[in-house]
Amino acid sequence: MGGLIKSSVAKKFAMALSGLFLVLFLAQHFTINITSVISPDLFNEFSHFMGTNFVVQAILQPVLIFGVVFHFVMGFILEAHNRSARAVSYVSYKGNANSSWMSRNMIYSGLVVLAFLGLHFYDFWVPELVHKYVESHPADATRYYEETVAKFESPVRTGLYVIAFIFLMLHLLHGFSSSFQSIGWNNKYSKGLRGFTVAYAIIIPLGFIFIALYHYINNL
Amino acid sequence: MKLTLKIWRQEDANAKGKMVTYPIDGIEGDMSFLEMLDVLNEGLVAKGEEPVEFDHDCREGICGTCSLQINGEPHGPDRLVTTCQLHMRKFNDGDTIVIEPFRAKAFPVIKDLVVDRTSFDRIQQAGGYVSVNTSGNTIDANSIPVNKHDADESFNAATCIGCGACVAACKNASAMLFTSAKVSQYALLPQGQVEATERVQNMVRQMDLEGFGNCSNTGACEIECPKGISLENIARMNREYMSATSKG
Repeated sequence: MGGLIKSSVAKKFAMALSGLFLVLFLAQHFTINITSVISPDLFNEFSHFMGTNFVVQAILQPVLIFGVVFHFVMGFILEAHNRSARAVSYVSYKGNANSSWMSRNMIYSGLVVLAFLGLHFYDFWVPELVHKYVESHPADATRYYEETVAKFESPVRTGLYVIAFIFLMLHLLHGFSSSFQSIGWNNKYSKGLRGFTVAYAIIIPLGFIFIALYHYINNL
Repeated sequence: MKLTLKIWRQEDANAKGKMVTYPIDGIEGDMSFLEMLDVLNEGLVAKGEEPVEFDHDCREGICGTCSLQINGEPHGPDRLVTTCQLHMRKFNDGDTIVIEPFRAKAFPVIKDLVVDRTSFDRIQQAGGYVSVNTSGNTIDANSIPVNKHDADESFNAATCIGCGACVAACKNASAMLFTSAKVSQYALLPQGQVEATERVQNMVRQMDLEGFGNCSNTGACEIECPKGISLENIARMNREYMSATSKG
């Protein structure tokens, strides 16, 4: 078991699984967020359910937090090890001749997404915890839409959200399809699967950008 | 053809190396890259200087001895060729060519452009073989039927010449393409099944012990491999490894 934990293959396998889990979470998050554009009532209903349901709060949320923390901590561990594997750098290294920018810079796109998570927690998660557990307000199923929309009054915050989702797109463009390779999935279906992962990597972040800009423009 | 060469010179494994510039003239497009270096070395020896050390053997692209990072790419800008098969017609008169050794902690520099790639030998020794009892009752390998697709895939994996270009190209200095090719070549054949579980575990363990980096699926290794070894081999090794580990 100790060998498995130390193994480079097992670490990549775990990294890929946590990434795939986060991709699933992203789809779920987007599905709820897009309802804020369609119907404020529907958005309130979904948000209230997610904020009060026992299974979501007591089981899924801790699993999600573990998945997020595991993904970026393992990302740092792998990056540090990879850098140490080449003690002396090349004078000339033509990475763009054989690989994509996204694949070579996952740590940087990941760091931007991590910084965004800090902002996102500050914007939504911390106020939600204060509302529920510090100020102990009674449950109010109608507050979520207004609270969310108010965050997008600031052009700076909206701009930061747009930049963060562009980097998330770059991260997913390599990471999503790469996860399947890491778990050993490379066969005749891989080409089709790659098309799906690229479409997902572009559509979902663009969708989040659309939601942020929609509420910013609506607030003008 | 007149060129400017910028070459890594390093006295020995412990010395601090540096890039040294050499102008060179009279290079023909039909010369191989190594022949160009031969011309340089003849000039250096004639002047009483130390020739540039570099690895070479067959000069036919099959032994995996030659290496060199040329203008930022292992084996240079051409595809599916080793440095010995790279022709100078791929360069233009007046070009500056940067020549460095393959860089990886697991490939320490011995002198100039020569690196120690015995880490690959140790990975191979950890499991890249099939144990056969040859004492009297040997069964002819051809008597065991092998699926055509598997035989072809196995053969493709076996064309890996172990030059180390995959490690040199990878931004993480990962040896997974090499190791996975050696795992795949046996994993696909019935003769390799008996030791399959131990093989992949031992070879991955040795690969990690040598200090190579992790694969992050950039695909650089596949593009730069002079034998076109496919990334499918890495996926196969990952499957084999996780399956072997779950069996204990």
